[in-house]
Amino acid sequence: MKKVLVACGAGIATSTVVNGAIEEMAKENNLKVDLVQIKITEVGSHVDSADLLVTTAMTKKEYPFPVINARSFLTGIGVEDTKKQILDELQK
Amino acid sequence: MSDIHFNESIILVDLEAKTKEEVLTAMGENLQKLGLVKESFTPAIIAREGEFATGLPTKGVSVAIPHTDVEHVITKTISFAVLKDPVEFGVMGDPEETTPVKVVFMLAMDQAHDQLSLLQRLMQVFQDEDTLNYLANEKEAVKIKNLLAEKLDFAFEGGE
Repeated sequence: MKKVLVACGAGIATSTVVNGAIEEMAKENNLKVDLVQIKITEVGSHVDSADLLVTTAMTKKEYPFPVINARSFLTGIGVEDTKKQILDELQK
Repeated sequence: MSDIHFNESIILVDLEAKTKEEVLTAMGENLQKLGLVKESFTPAIIAREGEFATGLPTKGVSVAIPHTDVEHVITKTISFAVLKDPVEFGVMGDPEETTPVKVVFMLAMDQAHDQLSLLQRLMQVFQDEDTLNYLANEKEAVKIKNLLAEKLDFAFEGGE
């Protein structure tokens, strides 16, 4: 099972929306994912165990897993592309 | 959902401000005056906006959704402001970019992870060009309140 970090600045507002969207997507595609909703500042403590980071907050750090920008879940612009990127990672 | 504070008192129309800090201060101080947030709320939301921008370019007018940690909030609310003239906010997740924001939804949440359906409905408003344009041009707080209450599906207690 893939461990997906979902992060925003506060770990409260936008990550909640993104978390819900990924949950739904995983269900539709019969994928089991371990979703962990965190603040972006907490990513460091999951570096060894995570497979993917989906975030609405900026991050300049380099991580050993892919990082996907999730702003489109909030605005609807480009959301299909973002979903495809996430799905591709989950199915790897 | 019934415990959210939502009436005309948290809706600011024609807010005049030159910077995002002025916008956040006006909205935050209004909430503090109403006893909905603590004194620490305004400085916290300004600091958070500086660190993690919340401007969102949409198909309609650009919006911003400033928010901060639950510890600064007394009663859950969403304050709404229409800016007289657009103010530049940083774009969420894109530190180099700014966007001219016309409407601001200030989220004062009292629990983390507990408002998915409310937030999802809010995001639907962001994706609805007509509603955003209406909100950006409406001058009467009561009309804005009624529309948002319908779109966000608030259950009212005690009328207003």
